[in-house]
Amino acid sequence: MKVILARDLLSVNTVKGENNREILEKNGLLTLNIISSPGAGKTTLLEVTMRLLKNKYNFGVIEGDLYTSRDARRLEEHSRAIVQINTCGMCHLNADMVARALEDMPLESLDVIIIENVGNLVCPAAFYLGETCKVAVLSVPEGSDKPAKYPELFKEARAVVINKSDLLPYTDFNLPECIKELQEINPRAEILVVSARTGEGMDKWISWLEEKVRLIKEWGHTSLA
Amino acid sequence: MHEFSLVCDLLVTVMESAEKNGISNVTRVKLIVGECHGALPEALSFAFRALSGDTVCSTAELDIEIREGVLLCTACGHSFSYEILQICPKCGSVYLDIISGRELRVDYFEGE
Repeated sequence: MKVILARDLLSVNTVKGENNREILEKNGLLTLNIISSPGAGKTTLLEVTMRLLKNKYNFGVIEGDLYTSRDARRLEEHSRAIVQINTCGMCHLNADMVARALEDMPLESLDVIIIENVGNLVCPAAFYLGETCKVAVLSVPEGSDKPAKYPELFKEARAVVINKSDLLPYTDFNLPECIKELQEINPRAEILVVSARTGEGMDKWISWLEEKVRLIKEWGHTSLA
Repeated sequence: MHEFSLVCDLLVTVMESAEKNGISNVTRVKLIVGECHGALPEALSFAFRALSGDTVCSTAELDIEIREGVLLCTACGHSFSYEILQICPKCGSVYLDIISGRELRVDYFEGE
């Protein structure tokens, strides 16, 4: 017997992502899916962000890593709840893993959920987790041509954080060119140039985040569509 | 390792449908993979063999059809076949849209 399915394989993940989204929306949670290559400074950015907003919001963190819980340990003291996912070699988080992590979180007492995806610029962009939006982090030492070379993520991200701006004088990173290319790829994205290490530019990134939390609390997720 | 999670979803999809249709032994699964998707046929076949062991698909043959990828340059409008290095051969722009070749779906399966 032949059974015709014509079923998109990624849709299996997307359906689970929609379930997550429903839970997150019900709880009025801004959920950011943070994606970058390894070493772009995601964890440091989050550490500083949560420290600066510690008295304002309760953060839940879902930490995706191939192995170890080093990053989770760094973020533990700044968050209300944290769940480590070890993908054991898999290059991205999927919606099912996030669903299981959400079960272990006190959602009603949180304001923001941060999903720190596995360090990888390619695969995580293809797997919807139920997030409010994706945030791409790009760091100065990686080079200014990353958005043009890996457009999938940068096309979708609602914010692009260019991190390690303190290293600009020591590299040939072409900031104006990079910003111009980003704007061409994705005119809707907010571009934020920061150094999580020195704190430069962090105020703009924090304001962006606060604005999104405010919009969700006042108007719900549809306000960010 | 992208392919492993895709094959997990493939197996769950086929297993659910096989159960609904009273099929206890799947003999063939037809998968359509677009060239632009980045999922490697060899890795998909390997993952299928590795993961299908205790399922109704344990002896099934995985048949993969590759669909050609076509890219459109948003700068000059030229369309051309998918290449790993995504640069428009006509004007050198890197701003390209994928017109076709993004598929990744189970087309059908056969069994008894």
